[in-house]
Amino acid sequence: MPGIGSGVEFEADGPVLELTGITKRFGETLANDGISLTLARGEVLALLGENGAGKTTLMSILFGHYTPDAGTVRVKGRTLAPGRPRAAIAAGVGMVHQHFSLAANLSVLENVMTGTESLWSWRSARADARRRLDHIATRFGLQVAPDALVADLSVGERQRVEILKALYNDADILILDEPTAVLTDQEAERLFATLRDMRAQGLSIVFISHKLDQVLAAADRITVIRGGRVVAERQAAATDKAELAELMVGRTIERPVRAASCPGATVLQARGVSVDTVLHELDFSLRAGELLGIIGVSGNGQSALGQLLCGVRRARAGTLTLFDAPFPQGDVDALVTLGVGRVPEDRGSDGAIADMSVWENAVLERASHPPFQRAGFVQADAARRHAAELIERFNVRGGGPDHRIQLLSGGNIQKLILGRSLVGEPRLLIAAQPTRGLDEGAIAAVHERLLEARANGAAVLLISEDLDEVMRLSDRIQAIVKGRLSDSIDTGQADARTLGLMMSGASIDGVTHAV
Amino acid sequence: MWLALAAPLMAVLGAMILSAGLIRLAGVPALDAFGEILSNAFGSRLAITETLTRATPLMLTGLAAAVAFRARIWNIGAEGQLYIGALTVAALGTTMTGWPAAMAIPMLMLGGALAGALLLLLPLLLRLRFGVDEVVTTLLLNFIAVLFVSLMIEGALKDPMAFGWPQSMPVPIEAELPKLVERTRLHIGLLIAIVLAVLVYVLQSRTLFGLRSRAVGLNPDGARFAGVAIGRTLIVTGCLSGALAGLAGAIEVMGVKGYVTTDLSPGYGYTGILVAMLAALHPLGVVAASLFAATLFVGADGMSRALGVPTYIADVTVALSLLTMLVALFFTQYRVRR
Repeated sequence: MPGIGSGVEFEADGPVLELTGITKRFGETLANDGISLTLARGEVLALLGENGAGKTTLMSILFGHYTPDAGTVRVKGRTLAPGRPRAAIAAGVGMVHQHFSLAANLSVLENVMTGTESLWSWRSARADARRRLDHIATRFGLQVAPDALVADLSVGERQRVEILKALYNDADILILDEPTAVLTDQEAERLFATLRDMRAQGLSIVFISHKLDQVLAAADRITVIRGGRVVAERQAAATDKAELAELMVGRTIERPVRAASCPGATVLQARGVSVDTVLHELDFSLRAGELLGIIGVSGNGQSALGQLLCGVRRARAGTLTLFDAPFPQGDVDALVTLGVGRVPEDRGSDGAIADMSVWENAVLERASHPPFQRAGFVQADAARRHAAELIERFNVRGGGPDHRIQLLSGGNIQKLILGRSLVGEPRLLIAAQPTRGLDEGAIAAVHERLLEARANGAAVLLISEDLDEVMRLSDRIQAIVKGRLSDSIDTGQADARTLGLMMSGASIDGVTHAV
Repeated sequence: MWLALAAPLMAVLGAMILSAGLIRLAGVPALDAFGEILSNAFGSRLAITETLTRATPLMLTGLAAAVAFRARIWNIGAEGQLYIGALTVAALGTTMTGWPAAMAIPMLMLGGALAGALLLLLPLLLRLRFGVDEVVTTLLLNFIAVLFVSLMIEGALKDPMAFGWPQSMPVPIEAELPKLVERTRLHIGLLIAIVLAVLVYVLQSRTLFGLRSRAVGLNPDGARFAGVAIGRTLIVTGCLSGALAGLAGAIEVMGVKGYVTTDLSPGYGYTGILVAMLAALHPLGVVAASLFAATLFVGADGMSRALGVPTYIADVTVALSLLTMLVALFFTQYRVRR
């Protein structure tokens, strides 16, 4: 089957992409240690590994962002010049980065055309470009309005633009770095359908992920990377989640098991709570020693709910009660004082201040409380000791109290945020998307902590998009759809079908949906 | 730690080398020119006191910029705040004839500082309430402030004894700052500026307010999540910045000039921004950076007389040091790799 457009002609049946002995060292760390792999035409290869395993480094070398210390990249039988993204593009390699590189103030068409025309040409061949974009979009089912501003597009649509951009440059080898990290499950499904379509049309795809389900669903072959080395290679049909998880982490992950609980007094209660135009008449209640899961497709009001309960947003109507008293809306300090632990949805912007040290991040929300403050002065020694204790107790790796928190990985930042919320034995814990973007090992640690808090008598509210996670951890489940909450059901009565119906809004009064 | 010092030193060295080329173009050996600058800035008792006198307002405007920038308040208006502080001192001073100095001096300083703070409060509230960019508003307020000073010293505050020159009535003798060294212009304003630098340092590095102010500057969302009152923190920080700049004007009038004219400040407010950047926004670094700038300004005057190189070389060197500082910061924060 021919590649699209005028890609480099290549006659042999050999691999379209061949990496041999790629080694890359950053200072002390060996990011890639003699990695070799191949990709056949019309194949989807998944690169599976935990955060920091070296997947992205490897792909950056392939694409010419980094020069390898050793090893070669061969595309369709020809060795690529190292460190030259242009050479990679010319050879038909297209890369879709985890963080998109689109200009938000330009249209889809303009973004796709960027870099394809000479800066010195008199006019821009927009009409031709539009036809060509249209043709590619139809061929692969990647419909996006060419004149829409990128700023107005959803994340899923932006990703489609990134893929279109690569295809527009005649890519027939597509590298997708964590393509599903930012997508909802539905958007991910759609992406996988597109990938299958591309494969059928002879494109070759490398797909980087740490999500086991998705790797199994989307790939033909799976290469597992751990600590910068290839540790295993499996056909997707011949392996399963348990094996992959073990290969990826290097040990068997023990998922914590939820013990029965005996809920106590009501801790948090909402009656008809509305926030701006995003949340409407929410009713829920949560008791001590109970874990309530709020499930839903992202963008249905979870963010606002998390912000309301974390004290950074106020309700427009309704009554919200905490420990039989009015909920101190918009008053973070009161919440912290009352023993409310808060894990924000966006740990990068809300949960941590990247340029501050670990100890400052560890105590900032209690900086005005003794022993961290005396007469207006920060007691840095006490704060450092506290941070060291958190690091020890919650197994935060990657830096001491005086390191900038930026240097820690996402999973370790999350452990620190959880730790600072849990260390005061909170009576209520709000956890918004606590495992989003984390690898298997960190997810297990977070789950363990949530269940531990529940076992210690805390009321836990878990907001998540991950069905498995909610099913495994929650005592009761409510679904959030278009800013409304469904009735609650016990996890024992929930199965994937019931939850699917709940998430589609079927059980919510006043909302009718064809399911 | 050594990196923090390496950047400014590299920057100063780079700026010297670049300006050496320019001095060469003016037809003078660069080392001679630098030698003249140093001897004119430090060569005699008078030279040293002049350099320190010149450094004093720069320290205060430098602190004003450093305090604001750290919280990401882009206060470009120190020049205007300085003038309004000075004008307030002239206006209040006329009512204080016969007061004891121990009362008049602190009251006038407080008045100048308050006036500076108030002038920054307006753009700050506009930013918090309506999202108006304070770079634009503070910058433009500088012109308004100087024109307002001009209006006042031609009108209500005009000195009738000044033979028609546009200058304000002088501050009373009781409000003049005591000299540090007899028969020079050096006054206790220098000590006040240094003490304030130390206080600001302690405030920023040791207190809860400093921690919160920095958090707001680095990441407002994260600060809000941690319970920091963003608006209040920014307003207090902004008032501190404006007060420091206003105080610079007050001290300059009470310590050196004795009255207000529209050429009271040769751009102290703007140079303060350079000083703050050169100090990497560190309050103690501001003391050193303002000494560096004052050395060049004072030294270049004498060097110009002796060698005929225009005094603008001082402005050029200080400006170049800002550019080299930005480059140096880039190299100390990022490693070049391929």
